Parts: sequence; C-alpha cells; structure tokens
Amino acid sequence: MQNDSVIIANKLTKKFGHFTAVDAITFDVRKGEIFGFLGANGAGKTTAIKMMCGLSRPTAGEATVAGFDVNTQPNEIKKHIGYMSQHFSLYQDMTIRENIRFYGGIYGLRGKVIKQRREELIAELGIEEYANRRVEELPLGWKQKLAFSIAIIHEPEIVFLDEPTSGVDPITRRQFWNMIYEAAERGITVFVTTHYLEEAEYCNRVSIMVDGQLRDLDTPKALMDKYHKKNMNDVFVQLASTSTRTE
Amino acid sequence: MVRYENIGKSYEGYPAVSHISFEVGEGELFGLIGPDGAGKSTLFRILTTVLLPDEGHCFFDGHDVVKDYKYVRRNVGYMPGRFSLYQDLSVIENLEFFATIFQTPIEENYDLIKDVYKQLKPFEDRRAGALSGGMKQKLALSCALIHRPKVLVLDEPTFGVDAVSRKEFWDMLKNLKSKGVTILVSTPYMDEASLCDRVALIQNGQILMVDTPEGIIRRFDKRMYAIQTQRIYQALNALQEMYDWQAYSFGQEIHLYAPETIDPSSLTDRLKAMGIEDVSVSLGEPEIEDCFMDLMVSSNIAENAE
Amino acid sequence: MKEFRAFVKKEFHHIFRDKRTLLVLFGMPLAQLILFGYAITTEVENAKMMVWNQSPGQFSNALIDKMISSEFFTLTESVNSRKEMLDVFRKSKAHIAVVIPQNFEEDFYRGEASIQIIADGSDPNLATILAAGAKGIIMTWMKGKILNPVSIETIGTSVRWHYNPDLKSVLMFVPGVITIILMLVNTTLSSISITREKELGTIEILYVSPLKPSVIILGKLAPFVLLSILNATVILLVAYVVFEVPVNGSVMLLFLESLLFILTALSLGVLISTVANTQQTALMLSLFSMMLPTILLSGFIFPISSMPVPLQVISNIIPARWFLVIIKGIMLKGLGIEYMWKETAILMGMTLFLIGLSIKKYKIRLQ
Repeated sequence: MQNDSVIIANKLTKKFGHFTAVDAITFDVRKGEIFGFLGANGAGKTTAIKMMCGLSRPTAGEATVAGFDVNTQPNEIKKHIGYMSQHFSLYQDMTIRENIRFYGGIYGLRGKVIKQRREELIAELGIEEYANRRVEELPLGWKQKLAFSIAIIHEPEIVFLDEPTSGVDPITRRQFWNMIYEAAERGITVFVTTHYLEEAEYCNRVSIMVDGQLRDLDTPKALMDKYHKKNMNDVFVQLASTSTRTE
Repeated sequence: MVRYENIGKSYEGYPAVSHISFEVGEGELFGLIGPDGAGKSTLFRILTTVLLPDEGHCFFDGHDVVKDYKYVRRNVGYMPGRFSLYQDLSVIENLEFFATIFQTPIEENYDLIKDVYKQLKPFEDRRAGALSGGMKQKLALSCALIHRPKVLVLDEPTFGVDAVSRKEFWDMLKNLKSKGVTILVSTPYMDEASLCDRVALIQNGQILMVDTPEGIIRRFDKRMYAIQTQRIYQALNALQEMYDWQAYSFGQEIHLYAPETIDPSSLTDRLKAMGIEDVSVSLGEPEIEDCFMDLMVSSNIAENAE
Repeated sequence: MKEFRAFVKKEFHHIFRDKRTLLVLFGMPLAQLILFGYAITTEVENAKMMVWNQSPGQFSNALIDKMISSEFFTLTESVNSRKEMLDVFRKSKAHIAVVIPQNFEEDFYRGEASIQIIADGSDPNLATILAAGAKGIIMTWMKGKILNPVSIETIGTSVRWHYNPDLKSVLMFVPGVITIILMLVNTTLSSISITREKELGTIEILYVSPLKPSVIILGKLAPFVLLSILNATVILLVAYVVFEVPVNGSVMLLFLESLLFILTALSLGVLISTVANTQQTALMLSLFSMMLPTILLSGFIFPISSMPVPLQVISNIIPARWFLVIIKGIMLKGLGIEYMWKETAILMGMTLFLIGLSIKKYKIRLQ
C-alpha cells in the first residue's frame, strides 16, 4: 500500500440481516486521483459510500479515509471530506451568498476566510449578478456547479460526488468535469459515481461493483483492452449483466 | 399519429416551451432528447391532456387533444416522469388496478405485455416499493400497456437507471414497436438517440432539430477532429488558446468542431510543441451529442451562454 | 361500478398498509379519550382546599367535614385573614378556598347565607370544575338541613353541573373527541391521500385514464366515510364501557348527524387538496385552517360565551361549533331533532357550499 493513498479499504463489508449489501471490497484511492465508482442500481454503491463518509458502520473489515479509521473516527472523517449528490441541492430559499456562508460555517471556516473564498468563488463561476438572489432562480446546471464549489470550499482531501451530473445538458456537464479536473490538479481526490458511462472514461481509474463485490478495477483504457470493448459502456454492460441479484 | 402545431406554454410568465411543431408517424419510435428543464415533460403532458397549451394545437390520431381529450385518454398509454407506481401495493395489485380503471381484463392484452411482465412474474406478491429500479420500470411499462394503447408516451423512463437495465428497456421498446405500437419517449441520455427512428433535439423549450439520428449527424456542418491524449485537461486549454472553436472532452478523447478543414498532422505538431507529447489527431465521425452541443451553441440558446 | 370497487379496494390497501395512518385512525381517538378522561379526573380528586372559617362551631365544621369526606377535596390549610388566604394561593398550597361568613348558622336559617368560593384561576378549567364541585357539595348539604329547598336559591347552580352530576369531565370530552376525530380523519387524511397521488405522479395516470373525476373523488372518500363511522362507534363503545357515558338520545339520529358532519369535513378535505400540491402543504393547511380552530374556537375547550366578540363571530363559520351543539344535545341531554334543526340546517348549508366550491375548483388537468 502506498503512502499517498487517501482511501484504503480492506475487506469492507456491510450486511443487513441476511443480505450482504457490500461484500468484502478491497481497494485504495491515491491522492489527487479521479476515481470512478460504478455499479448497477442496487449493486451496493450507496452503502459503500455511506461507510466511507462515516455515516454507516461497517459490519466487518476496515477502511481509512484521509488517514482516519471509519470504525473509530467517523467524526474526524466528516471534517476532511466534501460530499455532493444529485439530491443535495442547496437551500433553494436562501441566496447564493447565504448558502456559501452557511456551508463555510458548518465546515468550521473562519468568517474572514469564508468571505474571501465566497467572493473568489462567485467570481470564478461568473455569477456576480445572481449572488444576492435565491438559489431557486439559478438554472439547474449552475446549481450543480455551485453545489460542487461549495462541497470543496473547505479544501477537503476527498470529495464524494454521487451522480453529480444527472439530467444536466452536455455542455454544462463538460464544464462540470473541467471543474473536477481543476480540483484534482489542486490535489483534491475525487470519488465519483455516474450513470453516464462515457464520463467513466474521464476518470483516472474506475471500479465496477457487481452484487456487492468489486468485480474489477483499473484505468478505463486497461479495462477496455482487457474486455476487448471500444468503450466503457460495453465493458460495464458485460460485467454488470453477470449479476445474479434478483432484487 | 401525433402532430404538434406551434405549441407554446408558460408557467407564471416564464416560457417552458415555445413554437414547437413536429409530427410523429404511425408505428414510429420517436425520441425527445434534451436535458432537465428543456420542456420535454411539458410537451408530453400537453399531448396526454393533463396540461392545456397556451398557444397552438396538438393532434392525437387526428383528434384535437383539448376538444377531444376523452378520445386521447382512452387510447394513450402514459408513464409520467419519475413515476413510481403505488409503492405499497404489490406487483399484481398494481397491474390489476390499472387494468380495471382502463376497463380491460389483464388476459385480453397479456400477449402485449408478456415479454415485459414474465420477468416480474416471480415477484408478483412483492410490494412495488421493494423492487429494484429496473424492475419498477418494467412494471410501470406493463401498467401503461395494459389497455393496448395506440400511442405509448414515456417520460424519461430510463432516468437514473443503470446501463444494463437501460439496454433491456430499449430492447423491450423495440419489441413493442414491432407489434405496431407508436412510441414517444424522452431521455436526457444522448446515446439513446441512436436507438430511435427519429428524434427531436430540445433545449430551453425550443426544438434544435428534428430528423433521423443519421440525418442529424449528416447535417452536422463542421468537421469533427478526434484528439487522443492522456492529458485531456491540458490539451483542452491548449486548443482554447489556438482556436475560437468548440472543443469538448469525449471519453478519453477531445472532439474539436472545426468550421474549416485543418491538417491533422500539423495540429498534432503544434500540440506536441505545447508540451502534450502523446497526442494524435484524426478526422472523426460526429455523434448525436456532438451535434447537440454544436446546435446549442450555434442557436445561441445555451443555458450558460456568456 | 367495477372501477369504483377496484378504486376503493386500492384505498383500503393504502390505509391498512401505512402504520402512521392506522395510528392516527385508531390510536389517536383512544389516546385522546384516555387523556381527557383520566388525566383530568385524577386532578380533581386530589384538589387542595383551604378554609377561612369566620364562624367556628359545630354547624360550620359539619359543612367542612362533609366537603372533605367527599374525597373530592383535601383540607390543607386553615386561614384567619384575607392576607393569609392570598398568601396560601401565591404559594400554590391550595387550589380553592371556602370562606364561611360570620353568623353563618343564623343567616342560614333566615335564608340569607352566602358562602364564598374562591378558586385559583391560573388553571381556568380546573378552577371551573372545582368551583362547580364545591357548590354542588354545599348545596346537597344544605338541602339535607332544611325542608324547603327554595330558600337556598340565592346560591345559584351551574347548568353544566346539572347534566354532569358526577362531575366526570369525560362526559364533556367524549362529544369533543368524536368531533375532533371526525374532522381529523376526514379533512386531514383525505386531503393528504389525494395530494400523495400528486406527489407520486400517479394522479397523472388517473387523469389520463377513462375514469370519471367523480369516481376518483368518491373512490378516495368512501373508505374514510366507513372508517370514521366505525371510529365514532368505537369511541362511543369505549366511552360507554370504560367511562359509563351513555347516549341519552337517539343513536340513529346521532349517526345521521355524524354522517352530515363527515360530509362537511370531507368536502373541506377535497377543497384543500385542490389547492395543495404536496402532502406537507395539505397537512399544514388542514391543521391550521381546521384542526386548531376546531379545538380552540368550537366551544370544546373554551366556552364560546366567554370569548371576545370577534372570536365569537369567527366561531360561527367553524362547522365543529354547530356539530358540538348537536352531539352534546343528543348524547348528554337526550334531545331530538326538533331542538337542533337550526344547527343541522347550518351544517347542511356549509356542506353544500363546500361541495359546490370543490367541484368548481376541481380540475381534470394539472393546471
């Protein structure tokens, strides 16, 4: 195991009664990597992410995230990660400035720092004219970009993105991915799930979960070569259709 | 079979769709392709008579959907967006309920839904809420088909569904089409466009183009150069400095839309000179998504047009 | 008809598979009955009483003994001045004070006796009940002392006392609980059940089906009519068996009037669901527009006659106010329809108005 790994999972397992949602997955994610976490609906992705974010205790196995143990230091983990999902939209009835202030506050940033980051962020996104307006007035694509910027406002070591681009138009999606690249360049590790499989090809490495197990993990190119497919979609379909889970 | 004539609809002063006109022929598998908020659901709701248009007319099998809404309601099968059935009823209870309210016994049209429903058969007594995403879609489709509608209207049936279930779902649609059902389907996934007979690309309430998938690609009026490199982010920045053209990452490549012919090898050299050593450039075949993005920009209605 | 049956069956599935709905339907009425029935009566049994006896002697002591022996009051303090009395009240060492005047015995036989009862008004409900209780005991005692009861009229009686001779507060609360439950089940649950279909998106399918809107609405409402009749029956049975509260008037009339009130509540529920798009809004609307006024302004807890005039005027538009008069009349006083035709007519008018409004507002489309 390398020293620069920010996530190390070792036989991480979660059972609900007789049902094994996540079945002894072992992997590591390196610093500054864009790591794609793929799997069919019900393959156990969400459960795995919850464990890594310190929201759910593993039944067996262990994992460290940003150097902290998911079993014993879940609160430390929460301070060092960022999280955004398609459902996590900002507070619609608060202005953009208020949202940034609030999230800066809950991540423990000081008032002065928040103010400075906030103005930087508004300038970077080019949304000065919206800054004092309510989030609900913002187009969907910008909401998602803003949500991402806020998820990394405290410069976390890792940011978890759960289907961040669902339903967004193709140009905005690419602008979104540019922001992901920039974050990765700055050293923020990006852990992302998506249903757009060509997005999987933007990742440095991709893992594919089937029936709670990690079926394969490699660079997109290596995976396509290994399965003799011309894109990740076909690789995914081939692996995921081996699923025997009926539910 | 379905005709939109200059349809417009606003919500509280904000136009959701405007000046929409297109036709869908009998037996066609027609796709409405566009992101969230483009106006897809509004168009489907007008067709299925649950919304009244502010302007224009819409016809269903020759009947005006406003005046003759009862005819439409008898002959359309509709699956609303993010529709999730009655979670607390079992699979068979859901199906029976919809069969009864559409005044048809299940057996009568069972041949139509057999292929879809047979996969659900083992879980007949399970509550719909406990089904997986893909299974829910199958049940919803069965319920929408139970009265043998002339036209099937499916609003984002594959949203949030994984690639495997999506593929299965499209196979089922093809199968239904072969049985003569006219199908209108909407989706935010551009790659599903190629599975339709014809598609309408829609963005911000306006139609960008209506044609067969091949026709849309043929009408792409630029040259698409595929640039392969491991350093996509740097290459994109480099291209932005060089040209005023659109360039987007596409999987492990970059697609550059050039209004004029360029020499791939000289572009390769220029990029290498800028420090991107592993680069290779070739003329490529555009996809629907390329066409969509190009049309978004050229029609200047991109959501984020700056 | 077949469609209607299928619809009603589906609604029953929704209701019986949702633990929360079931709890509201059947847990809540019992909880309220027990709460109102027991909690308040035990308070009264332990009431602390002080006495300021200004004419000590055998005669006045006999009265005090009588009050204590009722187990309604416990003697905690004896005071000798107004100042002392107020002091005891301030320290909350007594709920009620009985002041026996000087020359009590002589005045009594001359028919001029006046005993002062002072209750701690910081809990008005308790104070009313205690004062009424004390009055009652004193009157009974006095009746036993003289032959001609007319001569004690100066003390006066309480109307409520007359219909509730054992001072069981549950008697007052049973009609109130039935009223609230009927309102709750029919307005809140029916509006929530319709808006839930809006949230799920299933309402679009129902619109697009050949079902007539009237079938959809009636199919939604029928189960609630049945369940609330059942509910009212259960409450009446429990009230009868556990608290021995009888229905003095015609049971048939009671059910017919209840049915009318159920219709009023249901049409309100439908009206709310035409405005609200989410279950949450429907809940808020029905709680704030109906539940609170029903509890606070119908006369269930606070007597309408003691409300400020503006609130009295507002209470007129609250259906529960009129139903409460009807149900109390039938249950406690055993009155017939001839005494409550006015209230019945008002309820009918309200129902027709609400149904008309709902039909006008109900759409066969989303917008």
